[in-house]
Amino acid sequence: MNNFQYSRVSSQAAAIAEVAKNPSAKFVAGGTNLIDLMKYGVMAPDKLIDINHTGAASIKKETGTLHIGATVTNSVAAENADVLKYQPLLSQAMLMGASPQLRNKATMGGNLLQRTRCAYFYDISAPCNKREPGSGCSAIEGYNRMHAIFGASEACIAVNPSDMNVALVALDAVIMVSGPKGSRKIPMADFHRLPGSHPELDSTLDRKEIITGIVIPDNKLAGHTTYLKVRDRTSYAFALISVAVALEMEGNTIKDIRLAMGGVAHKPWRLTAAEQMLKGKTASVDNFRMAAELAMKGAKAYEHNAFKLKMAPNTMIQALKTASGIKA
Amino acid sequence: MIENKSREKESDKPAGASRRDFLKQSSVITAIALTPAAAVKASDLKLDEKLSAAMEQMPLNIEINGKPYNLKVEPRLTLLDLLRERLKLTGTKKGCDQGQCGACTVHVNGVRTNSCLSLAIMNEGAKVTTIEGLAKGETLHPMQEAFIKHDGFQCGYCTPGQIMSAVACIHEGHAGSDDEIREFMSGNICRCGAYANIVNAIKEVKAEGKV
Repeated sequence: MNNFQYSRVSSQAAAIAEVAKNPSAKFVAGGTNLIDLMKYGVMAPDKLIDINHTGAASIKKETGTLHIGATVTNSVAAENADVLKYQPLLSQAMLMGASPQLRNKATMGGNLLQRTRCAYFYDISAPCNKREPGSGCSAIEGYNRMHAIFGASEACIAVNPSDMNVALVALDAVIMVSGPKGSRKIPMADFHRLPGSHPELDSTLDRKEIITGIVIPDNKLAGHTTYLKVRDRTSYAFALISVAVALEMEGNTIKDIRLAMGGVAHKPWRLTAAEQMLKGKTASVDNFRMAAELAMKGAKAYEHNAFKLKMAPNTMIQALKTASGIKA
Repeated sequence: MIENKSREKESDKPAGASRRDFLKQSSVITAIALTPAAAVKASDLKLDEKLSAAMEQMPLNIEINGKPYNLKVEPRLTLLDLLRERLKLTGTKKGCDQGQCGACTVHVNGVRTNSCLSLAIMNEGAKVTTIEGLAKGETLHPMQEAFIKHDGFQCGYCTPGQIMSAVACIHEGHAGSDDEIREFMSGNICRCGAYANIVNAIKEVKAEGKV
Protein backbone atom coordinates (compact mmCIF):
# COMPACT_ATOMS: atom_id res chain seq x y z
CA MET A 1 0.00 0.00 0.00
CA ASN A 2 1.27 3.50 -0.79
CA ASN A 3 1.85 5.54 2.30
CA PHE A 4 -0.49 8.39 3.11
CA GLN A 5 -1.21 10.95 5.76
CA TYR A 6 -3.88 10.34 8.35
CA SER A 7 -5.93 12.75 10.39
CA ARG A 8 -8.74 12.27 12.86
CA VAL A 9 -11.46 14.90 12.92
CA SER A 10 -14.05 15.44 15.61
CA SER A 11 -16.79 17.21 13.67
CA GLN A 12 -18.42 17.15 10.26
CA ALA A 13 -17.42 20.79 9.73
CA ALA A 14 -13.78 19.89 10.35
CA ALA A 15 -14.08 16.94 7.95
CA ILE A 16 -15.46 19.19 5.20
CA ALA A 17 -12.73 21.81 5.76
CA GLU A 18 -10.03 19.12 5.74
CA VAL A 19 -11.14 17.37 2.54
CA ALA A 20 -11.40 20.73 0.72
CA LYS A 21 -7.71 21.39 1.40
CA ASN A 22 -6.38 18.31 -0.37
CA PRO A 23 -7.85 17.17 -3.72
CA SER A 24 -6.55 13.64 -3.17
CA ALA A 25 -7.89 13.24 0.37
CA LYS A 26 -10.59 10.69 1.14
CA PHE A 27 -12.86 10.14 4.10
CA VAL A 28 -12.51 6.81 5.87
CA ALA A 29 -15.02 5.24 8.28
CA GLY A 30 -15.13 1.41 8.32
CA GLY A 31 -12.54 1.21 5.58
CA THR A 32 -13.62 -2.31 4.57
CA ASN A 33 -13.77 -1.34 0.89
CA LEU A 34 -11.34 1.59 0.69
CA ILE A 35 -8.43 -0.13 2.46
CA ASP A 36 -8.94 -3.20 0.27
CA LEU A 37 -8.85 -1.01 -2.86
CA MET A 38 -5.73 0.77 -1.57
CA LYS A 39 -3.99 -2.59 -1.11
CA TYR A 40 -4.74 -3.43 -4.73
CA GLY A 41 -3.52 -0.01 -5.88
CA VAL A 42 -6.95 0.77 -7.34
CA MET A 43 -7.21 3.85 -5.14
CA ALA A 44 -4.25 5.78 -3.73
CA PRO A 45 -5.39 8.82 -1.74
CA ASP A 46 -2.66 11.07 -0.29
CA LYS A 47 -4.61 11.48 2.89
CA LEU A 48 -7.28 9.65 4.86
CA ILE A 49 -9.60 11.66 7.07
CA ASP A 50 -11.07 9.49 9.82
CA ILE A 51 -14.71 10.51 10.30
CA ASN A 52 -15.65 7.90 12.91
CA HIS A 53 -15.74 10.49 15.69
CA THR A 54 -17.91 13.16 14.07
CA GLY A 55 -21.07 12.50 16.06
CA ALA A 56 -22.95 10.67 13.29
CA ALA A 57 -23.27 7.30 14.99
CA SER A 58 -26.83 7.33 16.30
CA ILE A 59 -30.23 6.10 15.15
CA LYS A 60 -33.22 8.30 15.93
CA LYS A 61 -36.92 7.66 15.41
CA GLU A 62 -38.54 11.00 14.74
CA THR A 63 -42.10 11.86 13.81
CA GLY A 64 -42.66 10.43 10.35
CA THR A 65 -39.07 9.37 9.77
CA LEU A 66 -36.26 7.13 10.89
CA HIS A 67 -32.84 8.82 10.88
CA ILE A 68 -29.72 6.65 10.70
CA GLY A 69 -26.35 8.37 11.18
CA ALA A 70 -23.73 7.92 8.48
CA THR A 71 -21.18 6.20 10.70
CA VAL A 72 -23.58 3.73 12.31
CA THR A 73 -22.24 0.29 11.44
CA ASN A 74 -24.30 -2.11 9.34
CA SER A 75 -24.39 -4.59 12.27
CA VAL A 76 -25.76 -2.02 14.70
CA ALA A 77 -28.36 -0.75 12.22
CA ALA A 78 -29.47 -4.24 11.22
CA GLU A 79 -30.19 -5.18 14.84
CA ASN A 80 -31.58 -1.85 15.99
CA ALA A 81 -35.09 -2.12 17.46
CA ASP A 82 -36.47 0.87 15.51
CA VAL A 83 -35.00 -0.36 12.22
CA LEU A 84 -36.51 -3.80 12.83
CA LYS A 85 -39.87 -2.30 13.76
CA TYR A 86 -40.22 0.43 11.12
CA GLN A 87 -37.97 -0.70 8.26
CA PRO A 88 -37.44 -4.47 8.54
CA LEU A 89 -36.60 -4.71 4.82
CA LEU A 90 -33.45 -2.68 5.42
CA SER A 91 -32.36 -5.02 8.21
CA GLN A 92 -33.04 -8.11 6.08
CA ALA A 93 -31.00 -6.74 3.17
CA MET A 94 -28.07 -5.68 5.35
CA LEU A 95 -27.87 -9.07 7.07
CA MET A 96 -27.45 -10.69 3.66
CA GLY A 97 -24.48 -8.48 2.84
CA ALA A 98 -20.86 -9.34 3.53
CA SER A 99 -19.93 -11.24 6.74
CA PRO A 100 -20.53 -10.46 10.43
CA GLN A 101 -16.95 -9.18 10.80
CA LEU A 102 -17.29 -6.84 7.81
CA ARG A 103 -20.72 -5.61 8.90
CA ASN A 104 -19.21 -4.79 12.29
CA LYS A 105 -16.92 -2.26 10.57
CA ALA A 106 -18.83 -1.20 7.45
CA THR A 107 -20.90 1.94 7.95
CA MET A 108 -24.13 3.18 6.38
CA GLY A 109 -22.37 6.01 4.54
CA GLY A 110 -19.53 3.77 3.43
CA ASN A 111 -21.90 1.11 2.12
CA LEU A 112 -23.65 3.80 0.03
CA LEU A 113 -20.27 4.53 -1.55
CA GLN A 114 -19.17 0.92 -1.89
CA ARG A 115 -17.47 0.51 -5.25
CA THR A 116 -18.20 -2.14 -7.85
CA ARG A 117 -16.71 -5.61 -7.46
CA CYS A 118 -16.08 -5.95 -11.23
CA ALA A 119 -12.84 -7.99 -11.39
CA TYR A 120 -11.43 -5.72 -14.11
CA PHE A 121 -11.89 -2.68 -11.87
CA TYR A 122 -9.75 -4.44 -9.26
CA ASP A 123 -7.14 -5.65 -11.79
CA ILE A 124 -4.85 -2.67 -12.31
CA SER A 125 -3.26 -4.33 -15.35
CA ALA A 126 -6.59 -4.38 -17.21
CA PRO A 127 -8.23 -1.44 -18.99
CA CYS A 128 -11.19 -0.07 -16.99
CA ASN A 129 -13.03 3.17 -17.65
CA LYS A 130 -14.19 3.36 -14.06
CA ARG A 131 -10.66 3.16 -12.65
CA GLU A 132 -8.91 4.94 -15.50
CA PRO A 133 -11.30 6.97 -17.66
CA GLY A 134 -10.72 6.47 -21.38
CA SER A 135 -8.74 3.23 -21.03
CA GLY A 136 -11.60 1.02 -22.22
CA CYS A 137 -13.89 -1.61 -20.71
CA SER A 138 -12.47 -5.11 -20.33
CA ALA A 139 -15.77 -6.59 -19.21
CA ILE A 140 -17.86 -5.96 -22.34
CA GLU A 141 -15.85 -8.52 -24.32
CA GLY A 142 -14.51 -10.30 -21.24
CA TYR A 143 -15.87 -12.55 -18.50
CA ASN A 144 -19.04 -10.66 -17.68
CA ARG A 145 -21.04 -13.18 -15.69
CA MET A 146 -21.59 -10.80 -12.74
CA HIS A 147 -22.40 -7.76 -14.87
CA ALA A 148 -25.33 -5.50 -15.67
CA ILE A 149 -28.44 -6.25 -17.68
CA PHE A 150 -30.03 -2.81 -17.22
CA GLY A 151 -28.77 0.71 -17.90
CA ALA A 152 -25.22 -0.18 -18.94
CA SER A 153 -23.24 1.85 -21.49
CA GLU A 154 -20.49 1.28 -24.03
CA ALA A 155 -18.11 2.56 -21.37
CA CYS A 156 -19.07 0.36 -18.40
CA ILE A 157 -21.26 -2.64 -17.57
CA ALA A 158 -20.36 -2.92 -13.87
CA VAL A 159 -23.01 -3.34 -11.16
CA ASN A 160 -23.45 -1.74 -7.76
CA PRO A 161 -22.66 -4.54 -5.29
CA SER A 162 -24.58 -3.34 -2.23
CA ASP A 163 -27.58 -5.11 -0.72
CA MET A 164 -28.33 -2.20 1.61
CA ASN A 165 -28.70 0.14 -1.36
CA VAL A 166 -31.41 -2.05 -2.92
CA ALA A 167 -33.52 -1.81 0.23
CA LEU A 168 -32.87 1.93 0.59
CA VAL A 169 -34.02 2.73 -2.95
CA ALA A 170 -37.16 0.63 -2.42
CA LEU A 171 -37.90 2.50 0.81
CA ASP A 172 -37.61 5.99 -0.74
CA ALA A 173 -34.69 6.86 1.53
CA VAL A 174 -33.16 10.32 1.41
CA ILE A 175 -29.41 10.82 1.74
CA MET A 176 -28.40 13.79 3.90
CA VAL A 177 -25.16 15.44 2.83
CA SER A 178 -23.15 18.50 3.84
CA GLY A 179 -20.46 20.40 2.00
CA PRO A 180 -18.74 23.77 1.71
CA LYS A 181 -21.93 25.19 0.16
CA GLY A 182 -24.21 23.91 2.92
CA SER A 183 -26.46 20.89 3.36
CA ARG A 184 -28.72 19.16 0.86
CA LYS A 185 -30.91 16.09 0.58
CA ILE A 186 -30.48 13.62 -2.24
CA PRO A 187 -33.31 11.14 -2.91
CA MET A 188 -31.82 7.63 -2.96
CA ALA A 189 -33.02 7.07 -6.54
CA ASP A 190 -30.84 10.02 -7.64
CA PHE A 191 -27.85 9.25 -5.41
CA HIS A 192 -26.27 6.60 -7.66
CA ARG A 193 -25.80 7.20 -11.37
CA LEU A 194 -25.87 5.14 -14.52
CA PRO A 195 -22.42 4.86 -16.09
CA GLY A 196 -23.07 6.75 -19.35
CA SER A 197 -19.78 8.19 -20.56
CA HIS A 198 -18.55 8.86 -17.00
CA PRO A 199 -18.42 5.52 -15.20
CA GLU A 200 -15.69 6.89 -12.93
CA LEU A 201 -18.50 8.63 -11.06
CA ASP A 202 -20.57 6.18 -9.01
CA SER A 203 -22.77 8.78 -7.37
CA THR A 204 -23.93 12.39 -7.53
CA LEU A 205 -22.13 13.21 -4.29
CA ASP A 206 -19.49 15.91 -4.73
CA ARG A 207 -15.95 15.06 -3.63
CA LYS A 208 -16.08 17.86 -1.07
CA GLU A 209 -19.34 16.68 0.45
CA ILE A 210 -19.81 14.32 3.37
CA ILE A 211 -22.76 12.00 3.97
CA THR A 212 -24.22 12.82 7.38
CA GLY A 213 -27.12 10.40 7.53
CA ILE A 214 -29.95 8.50 5.89
CA VAL A 215 -33.59 9.39 6.43
CA ILE A 216 -36.33 6.88 5.70
CA PRO A 217 -39.94 8.10 5.69
CA ASP A 218 -42.47 6.02 7.62
CA ASN A 219 -44.64 3.67 5.58
CA LYS A 220 -47.19 0.91 6.11
CA LEU A 221 -45.03 -1.72 4.46
CA ALA A 222 -43.39 -3.32 7.51
CA GLY A 223 -45.77 -6.27 7.65
CA HIS A 224 -44.82 -7.85 4.32
CA THR A 225 -41.16 -7.53 3.42
CA THR A 226 -38.74 -9.89 1.68
CA TYR A 227 -35.17 -9.53 0.54
CA LEU A 228 -34.35 -12.49 -1.67
CA LYS A 229 -30.74 -12.82 -2.73
CA VAL A 230 -29.53 -15.43 -5.21
CA ARG A 231 -25.79 -16.04 -5.12
CA ASP A 232 -23.13 -18.65 -5.86
CA ARG A 233 -22.98 -19.88 -2.27
CA THR A 234 -25.50 -19.79 0.56
CA SER A 235 -23.88 -16.90 2.36
CA TYR A 236 -21.10 -14.33 2.06
CA ALA A 237 -21.18 -13.74 -1.68
CA PHE A 238 -22.29 -10.87 -3.89
CA ALA A 239 -25.71 -11.09 -5.50
CA LEU A 240 -26.20 -12.57 -8.93
CA ILE A 241 -29.73 -11.24 -8.56
CA SER A 242 -31.45 -9.83 -5.50
CA VAL A 243 -34.97 -8.50 -5.09
CA ALA A 244 -36.38 -6.27 -2.36
CA VAL A 245 -40.14 -6.33 -1.88
CA ALA A 246 -42.30 -4.43 0.60
CA LEU A 247 -46.08 -4.66 0.47
CA GLU A 248 -49.05 -3.15 2.19
CA MET A 249 -51.79 -5.75 1.90
CA GLU A 250 -55.54 -5.39 2.35
CA GLY A 251 -56.83 -8.92 2.38
CA ASN A 252 -55.45 -10.36 -0.83
CA THR A 253 -55.12 -6.96 -2.50
CA ILE A 254 -51.83 -5.14 -2.87
CA LYS A 255 -52.63 -1.68 -1.52
CA ASP A 256 -49.09 -0.35 -1.80
CA ILE A 257 -45.85 -1.80 -3.07
CA ARG A 258 -42.10 -1.14 -3.36
CA LEU A 259 -39.89 -3.25 -5.62
CA ALA A 260 -36.18 -3.01 -6.39
CA MET A 261 -33.50 -5.26 -7.83
CA GLY A 262 -29.79 -5.68 -7.13
CA GLY A 263 -26.97 -7.22 -9.16
CA VAL A 264 -28.44 -5.89 -12.40
CA ALA A 265 -27.29 -2.30 -12.88
CA HIS A 266 -24.75 0.42 -12.04
CA LYS A 267 -27.26 1.62 -9.44
CA PRO A 268 -29.85 -0.13 -7.26
CA TRP A 269 -32.67 -0.72 -9.74
CA ARG A 270 -36.14 0.43 -8.72
CA LEU A 271 -38.90 -1.41 -10.62
CA THR A 272 -41.40 1.43 -10.94
CA ALA A 273 -43.41 0.05 -13.89
CA ALA A 274 -43.96 -3.28 -12.14
CA GLU A 275 -44.98 -1.44 -8.94
CA GLN A 276 -47.58 0.59 -10.81
CA MET A 277 -48.93 -2.52 -12.51
CA LEU A 278 -49.34 -4.43 -9.24
CA LYS A 279 -50.75 -1.59 -7.14
CA GLY A 280 -54.41 -2.31 -6.42
CA LYS A 281 -54.22 -5.79 -7.95
CA THR A 282 -54.75 -9.17 -6.33
CA ALA A 283 -51.63 -10.98 -5.15
CA SER A 284 -51.49 -13.88 -7.60
CA VAL A 285 -48.78 -15.73 -9.48
CA ASP A 286 -50.30 -14.62 -12.79
CA ASN A 287 -50.12 -10.97 -11.81
CA PHE A 288 -46.57 -11.43 -10.50
CA ARG A 289 -45.59 -13.02 -13.84
CA MET A 290 -47.01 -10.11 -15.78
CA ALA A 291 -45.25 -7.63 -13.53
CA ALA A 292 -41.97 -9.51 -13.96
CA GLU A 293 -42.33 -9.38 -17.73
CA LEU A 294 -42.85 -5.64 -17.48
CA ALA A 295 -39.85 -5.29 -15.18
CA MET A 296 -37.59 -7.06 -17.66
CA LYS A 297 -38.36 -4.72 -20.57
CA GLY A 298 -35.16 -3.25 -21.94
CA ALA A 299 -32.92 -5.85 -20.29
CA LYS A 300 -29.80 -6.69 -22.29
CA ALA A 301 -27.41 -9.55 -21.57
CA TYR A 302 -23.75 -10.06 -22.50
CA GLU A 303 -21.91 -13.24 -23.37
CA HIS A 304 -21.76 -14.76 -19.89
CA ASN A 305 -24.74 -13.30 -18.03
CA ALA A 306 -27.70 -14.30 -20.22
CA PHE A 307 -28.85 -16.49 -17.31
CA LYS A 308 -29.79 -13.31 -15.46
CA LEU A 309 -32.58 -12.68 -17.99
CA LYS A 310 -34.36 -15.73 -16.54
CA MET A 311 -33.06 -15.57 -13.00
CA ALA A 312 -34.18 -11.95 -12.49
CA PRO A 313 -37.91 -12.43 -13.24
CA ASN A 314 -37.95 -15.76 -11.40
CA THR A 315 -36.36 -14.20 -8.32
CA MET A 316 -38.83 -11.33 -8.47
CA ILE A 317 -41.83 -13.69 -8.68
CA GLN A 318 -40.52 -15.79 -5.79
CA ALA A 319 -39.86 -12.71 -3.64
CA LEU A 320 -43.39 -11.42 -4.31
CA LYS A 321 -44.86 -14.80 -3.41
CA THR A 322 -42.91 -14.90 -0.15
CA ALA A 323 -43.76 -11.32 0.80
CA SER A 324 -47.47 -11.68 0.04
CA GLY A 325 -47.61 -15.14 1.61
CA ILE A 326 -49.34 -16.81 -1.32
CA LYS A 327 -48.48 -20.42 -2.12
CA ALA A 328 -48.50 -22.07 -5.58
CA MET B 1 25.76 -11.40 -11.60
CA ILE B 2 23.63 -10.07 -8.85
CA GLU B 3 21.66 -13.27 -8.84
CA ASN B 4 24.81 -15.38 -8.44
CA LYS B 5 25.98 -13.27 -5.55
CA SER B 6 22.68 -13.74 -3.80
CA ARG B 7 22.80 -17.48 -4.34
CA GLU B 8 26.25 -17.62 -2.77
CA LYS B 9 24.85 -15.77 0.19
CA GLU B 10 22.02 -18.20 0.44
CA SER B 11 24.41 -21.18 0.38
CA ASP B 12 26.23 -19.64 3.33
CA LYS B 13 23.13 -20.18 5.39
CA PRO B 14 23.42 -23.08 7.80
CA ALA B 15 21.60 -26.24 6.84
CA GLY B 16 18.29 -26.59 8.60
CA ALA B 17 17.28 -22.95 8.17
CA SER B 18 13.57 -22.67 8.80
CA ARG B 19 10.99 -22.78 6.05
CA ARG B 20 10.07 -19.19 6.92
CA ASP B 21 13.70 -18.09 6.43
CA PHE B 22 13.82 -19.92 3.13
CA LEU B 23 10.63 -18.23 1.93
CA LYS B 24 11.98 -14.84 2.95
CA GLN B 25 15.27 -15.54 1.15
CA SER B 26 13.69 -16.82 -2.00
CA SER B 27 11.30 -13.90 -2.31
CA VAL B 28 14.24 -11.54 -1.83
CA ILE B 29 16.07 -13.33 -4.64
CA THR B 30 13.03 -13.01 -6.89
CA ALA B 31 12.70 -9.34 -6.06
CA ILE B 32 16.38 -8.71 -6.75
CA ALA B 33 16.21 -10.56 -10.07
CA LEU B 34 13.38 -8.31 -11.17
CA THR B 35 14.69 -5.01 -9.82
CA PRO B 36 16.93 -2.45 -11.56
CA ALA B 37 20.51 -2.30 -10.31
CA ALA B 38 20.15 1.14 -8.71
CA ALA B 39 17.22 -0.01 -6.63
CA VAL B 40 19.14 -3.09 -5.57
CA LYS B 41 22.00 -0.90 -4.44
CA ALA B 42 19.58 1.32 -2.55
CA SER B 43 18.12 -1.78 -0.99
CA ASP B 44 21.60 -3.02 0.03
CA LEU B 45 22.19 0.25 1.83
CA LYS B 46 18.75 -0.09 3.45
CA LEU B 47 17.79 3.27 2.00
CA ASP B 48 14.20 2.17 1.53
CA GLU B 49 13.92 1.37 5.21
CA LYS B 50 15.47 4.68 6.15
CA LEU B 51 13.09 6.43 3.79
CA SER B 52 10.06 4.72 5.21
CA ALA B 53 11.26 5.38 8.76
CA ALA B 54 11.38 9.05 7.90
CA MET B 55 7.75 8.94 6.74
CA GLU B 56 5.20 10.13 9.17
CA GLN B 57 5.03 7.99 12.28
CA MET B 58 2.04 8.55 14.47
CA PRO B 59 1.49 7.74 18.13
CA LEU B 60 -0.84 4.87 18.94
CA ASN B 61 -2.02 3.85 22.37
CA ILE B 62 -3.59 0.44 22.26
CA GLU B 63 -4.24 -2.37 24.71
CA ILE B 64 -3.64 -5.89 23.43
CA ASN B 65 -4.58 -8.89 25.54
CA GLY B 66 -4.68 -6.70 28.63
CA LYS B 67 -1.24 -5.17 28.03
CA PRO B 68 -0.99 -1.45 27.16
CA TYR B 69 1.31 -0.39 24.33
CA ASN B 70 2.52 3.09 23.40
CA LEU B 71 3.66 2.76 19.81
CA LYS B 72 4.57 4.81 16.77
CA VAL B 73 3.14 3.52 13.53
CA GLU B 74 2.89 4.47 9.89
CA PRO B 75 -0.73 5.22 8.94
CA ARG B 76 -0.71 2.39 6.39
CA LEU B 77 0.15 -0.32 8.94
CA THR B 78 -2.81 -2.65 9.39
CA LEU B 79 -3.80 -3.97 12.78
CA LEU B 80 -2.94 -7.45 11.47
CA ASP B 81 0.61 -6.46 10.51
CA LEU B 82 1.03 -4.61 13.81
CA LEU B 83 0.12 -7.79 15.68
CA ARG B 84 2.19 -10.18 13.61
CA GLU B 85 5.18 -8.21 12.37
CA ARG B 86 5.74 -5.67 15.12
CA LEU B 87 4.49 -7.40 18.24
CA LYS B 88 5.21 -10.98 17.11
CA LEU B 89 1.73 -12.10 18.07
CA THR B 90 1.63 -14.55 15.19
CA GLY B 91 -1.39 -16.48 16.42
CA THR B 92 -3.58 -14.20 14.32
CA LYS B 93 -3.18 -15.43 10.74
CA LYS B 94 -2.88 -13.62 7.44
CA GLY B 95 -4.95 -15.49 4.89
CA CYS B 96 -6.24 -13.44 1.97
CA ASP B 97 -5.35 -10.02 3.46
CA GLN B 98 -8.49 -8.72 1.72
CA GLY B 99 -11.31 -9.34 4.17
CA GLN B 100 -12.53 -12.43 2.37
CA CYS B 101 -11.37 -15.33 4.57
CA GLY B 102 -11.64 -14.33 8.24
CA ALA B 103 -8.29 -15.89 9.29
CA CYS B 104 -7.27 -12.52 10.78
CA THR B 105 -10.36 -12.16 13.00
CA VAL B 106 -9.69 -10.50 16.38
CA HIS B 107 -11.92 -8.75 18.90
CA VAL B 108 -11.69 -4.95 19.03
CA ASN B 109 -13.53 -3.59 22.05
CA GLY B 110 -15.32 -6.94 22.18
CA VAL B 111 -16.45 -6.80 18.54
CA ARG B 112 -15.09 -9.27 15.99
CA THR B 113 -13.19 -7.56 13.22
CA ASN B 114 -11.06 -8.44 10.19
CA SER B 115 -7.73 -7.06 11.39
CA CYS B 116 -6.39 -7.05 7.80
CA LEU B 117 -8.83 -4.29 6.80
CA SER B 118 -8.36 -2.20 9.92
CA LEU B 119 -5.62 0.41 10.02
CA ALA B 120 -3.76 0.17 13.32
CA ILE B 121 -3.88 3.95 13.72
CA MET B 122 -7.69 3.85 13.62
CA ASN B 123 -7.67 1.73 16.79
CA GLU B 124 -6.45 4.47 19.13
CA GLY B 125 -7.50 3.62 22.68
CA ALA B 126 -8.95 0.28 21.65
CA LYS B 127 -8.82 -2.97 23.61
CA VAL B 128 -7.85 -5.82 21.32
CA THR B 129 -8.09 -9.52 22.12
CA THR B 130 -6.26 -12.01 19.94
CA ILE B 131 -6.16 -15.80 20.12
CA GLU B 132 -3.16 -15.45 22.47
CA GLY B 133 -5.36 -13.58 24.92
CA LEU B 134 -8.14 -16.13 25.08
CA ALA B 135 -6.56 -18.79 27.30
CA LYS B 136 -6.03 -18.09 31.00
CA GLY B 137 -2.43 -19.14 31.54
CA GLU B 138 -2.25 -22.86 30.82
CA THR B 139 -6.04 -23.24 30.92
CA LEU B 140 -7.53 -23.17 27.45
CA HIS B 141 -10.66 -21.20 26.70
CA PRO B 142 -13.76 -23.47 26.50
CA MET B 143 -13.97 -22.78 22.74
CA GLN B 144 -10.37 -23.89 22.26
CA GLU B 145 -11.12 -27.08 24.24
CA ALA B 146 -14.23 -27.71 22.15
CA PHE B 147 -12.38 -27.26 18.85
CA ILE B 148 -9.86 -29.89 19.99
CA LYS B 149 -12.56 -32.26 21.25
CA HIS B 150 -14.67 -31.99 18.09
CA ASP B 151 -11.75 -31.94 15.67
CA GLY B 152 -12.78 -28.51 14.41
CA PHE B 153 -9.74 -28.22 12.14
CA GLN B 154 -7.28 -30.09 9.96
CA CYS B 155 -4.41 -27.85 8.85
CA GLY B 156 -5.23 -25.32 11.58
CA TYR B 157 -4.48 -22.16 9.62
CA CYS B 158 -7.99 -20.73 9.82
CA THR B 159 -8.47 -21.92 13.40
CA PRO B 160 -7.47 -18.81 15.40
CA GLY B 161 -9.89 -16.75 13.29
CA GLN B 162 -12.58 -19.44 13.58
CA ILE B 163 -12.24 -19.54 17.37
CA MET B 164 -12.30 -15.74 17.76
CA SER B 165 -15.35 -15.59 15.52
CA ALA B 166 -17.03 -18.50 17.33
CA VAL B 167 -16.66 -16.81 20.74
CA ALA B 168 -18.16 -13.60 19.31
CA CYS B 169 -20.93 -15.55 17.58
CA ILE B 170 -22.12 -16.79 20.98
CA HIS B 171 -21.67 -13.38 22.67
CA GLU B 172 -23.76 -11.76 19.94
CA GLY B 173 -26.55 -14.29 20.46
CA HIS B 174 -26.19 -15.76 16.98
CA ALA B 175 -25.63 -19.38 17.93
CA GLY B 176 -29.26 -20.35 18.41
CA SER B 177 -29.42 -23.09 15.76
CA ASP B 178 -27.18 -24.93 13.32
CA ASP B 179 -28.39 -22.69 10.48
CA GLU B 180 -27.83 -19.52 12.47
CA ILE B 181 -24.32 -20.66 13.43
CA ARG B 182 -23.50 -21.44 9.80
CA GLU B 183 -24.81 -18.05 8.64
CA PHE B 184 -23.00 -16.08 11.34
CA MET B 185 -19.76 -18.05 10.88
CA SER B 186 -19.82 -17.51 7.11
CA GLY B 187 -17.07 -14.90 7.31
CA ASN B 188 -14.56 -17.60 8.26
CA ILE B 189 -13.54 -19.85 5.41
CA CYS B 190 -12.03 -23.30 6.11
CA ARG B 191 -10.55 -24.90 3.01
CA CYS B 192 -10.08 -28.22 4.82
CA GLY B 193 -13.85 -28.28 5.23
CA ALA B 194 -14.06 -28.75 9.00
CA TYR B 195 -17.35 -26.84 9.08
CA ALA B 196 -19.53 -29.63 10.49
CA ASN B 197 -17.15 -30.13 13.43
CA ILE B 198 -16.86 -26.37 14.00
CA VAL B 199 -20.66 -26.14 14.26
CA ASN B 200 -20.62 -29.01 16.78
CA ALA B 201 -17.93 -27.30 18.86
CA ILE B 202 -19.88 -24.01 18.97
CA LYS B 203 -23.14 -25.79 19.81
CA GLU B 204 -21.53 -27.58 22.74
CA VAL B 205 -19.93 -24.44 24.18
CA LYS B 206 -23.23 -22.59 23.79
CA ALA B 207 -25.16 -25.42 25.49
CA GLU B 208 -22.70 -25.54 28.39
CA GLY B 209 -23.17 -21.82 28.89
CA LYS B 210 -19.46 -21.27 29.52
CA VAL B 211 -19.17 -18.36 27.10
